[in-house]
Amino acid sequence: MEPNRQSASEQLTYAAVLHWSTIAGFIALIVTFVAYMLGWLPSYVPLDKLPHLWGLSTAEYLKATGTPTGWSWLFMMNKGDMASQLGIAILSGCSIACIAAIIPAYAKAKNTTYIVICVLEIAVLVLSASGVFGH
Amino acid sequence: MMTQRDQAGPLRNFRFLLWLTAAVLLLSTLPAEAATAATAAASTTAWWVWPLSLFVVCFFLGMIAVPAGVGGGVLFVPIVGSFFPFHLDFVRGAGLLVAMASALAAGPSLLKNGMANLRLAMPLALAASISSIGGAKLGLALPANIVQIALGVTILGIAALMLSAKKSEFPHVAQPDPLSQKLGIHGMFRDVISGKDIPWHVHRTPMGLVLFLIIGFLGGLFGVGAGWANVPGLNLLMGVPLKVAAGTSSMILAMASSSATWYYLDNGAILPIIAVPSVIGMMMGARIGAHLLTILKASVIRNMVIAILLFAGVRTLLKGMGWWI
Repeated sequence: MEPNRQSASEQLTYAAVLHWSTIAGFIALIVTFVAYMLGWLPSYVPLDKLPHLWGLSTAEYLKATGTPTGWSWLFMMNKGDMASQLGIAILSGCSIACIAAIIPAYAKAKNTTYIVICVLEIAVLVLSASGVFGH
Repeated sequence: MMTQRDQAGPLRNFRFLLWLTAAVLLLSTLPAEAATAATAAASTTAWWVWPLSLFVVCFFLGMIAVPAGVGGGVLFVPIVGSFFPFHLDFVRGAGLLVAMASALAAGPSLLKNGMANLRLAMPLALAASISSIGGAKLGLALPANIVQIALGVTILGIAALMLSAKKSEFPHVAQPDPLSQKLGIHGMFRDVISGKDIPWHVHRTPMGLVLFLIIGFLGGLFGVGAGWANVPGLNLLMGVPLKVAAGTSSMILAMASSSATWYYLDNGAILPIIAVPSVIGMMMGARIGAHLLTILKASVIRNMVIAILLFAGVRTLLKGMGWWI
């Protein structure tokens, strides 16, 4: 069986986008977390209060702290615990960027099946990120 | 050249290190357990002790997870969920992030050297991504003790699967199924040991899609990732060569965990103080774990992981039933 050259090319594109987006995610994760831990950015929920709160369920924790859900953290980047979610969001979004990057290769090859699969996968990830599946 | 006797020393040291790792993991549970038993204990311990302990425990977990061929999440959730004072919601959120981050980091090299195949991964990841959101949604809706009991049973099941599952380096696929042919799922990879290019194709693709719907659901529900199920599913059910199955499993895991991680993040179920030290510790430990594979027999590490899973599974189950708080 001949190696599939188109498949190899799309894999390399996916790998390149994955490599750089993952690095960006890890840098954001570490930098914001260090700023959070060292107190360079103040916390929305004080660090010394956390041992009393992290044993609560998510619903109880949110109620007790008044922490907003969804994308609200993006508008509270001056708080260390909120800013630390940036790296998590970038890492969670890596797959979206990678899949989007290989769609042109499938379009060029007129591979409708995989274009549909890619679009559906992106739709699932974007809908999940959007909060449409509810709280 | 080193003699057998010369080699025995370092090997003994590494075995000692591994069992020490297991002991540290188990002993690390004692203070945490005390804290779980009484909220007062947790509140008297300085806050920074917990992220630091998480980092250390995850470093050791990462060391043994890679050589044992399981993702970090499957060890992380039962151990941290049972022995640390965090609510299971936050542990599962962190577990998903741990599983996803490890898979993302491994992805580029796996894709470049042909050990992961995108055409195989994409349809299965789509199925797993959809169902993992359902699992995450159910997991955050159910009472913690119910999820804990189900997690304990699942972890014991995974230990049993690891004990009994066979592996096939190059499974025989007599005839690729029509769906896999339509999707163009086939490939070739270079086996470094034999130096040969090995072509492969798959069968039972529809059954594989159904299986990955179930795997994705469990991954989202328990936050354990799914490397433990992906590899046997790809290898034994669909006939994917073992190395390609392991590599492609990472790609599927990265995509499926992303959708569930978004759900947890959106619902405030990921606390950076729990998730970030876990991810960093696990990834640093995994780098050492990869080197351990060249020194130790995989079976030694695998047996140790099974022992830890059995212990953590029983602990999780009993904690969920309220018999061992």
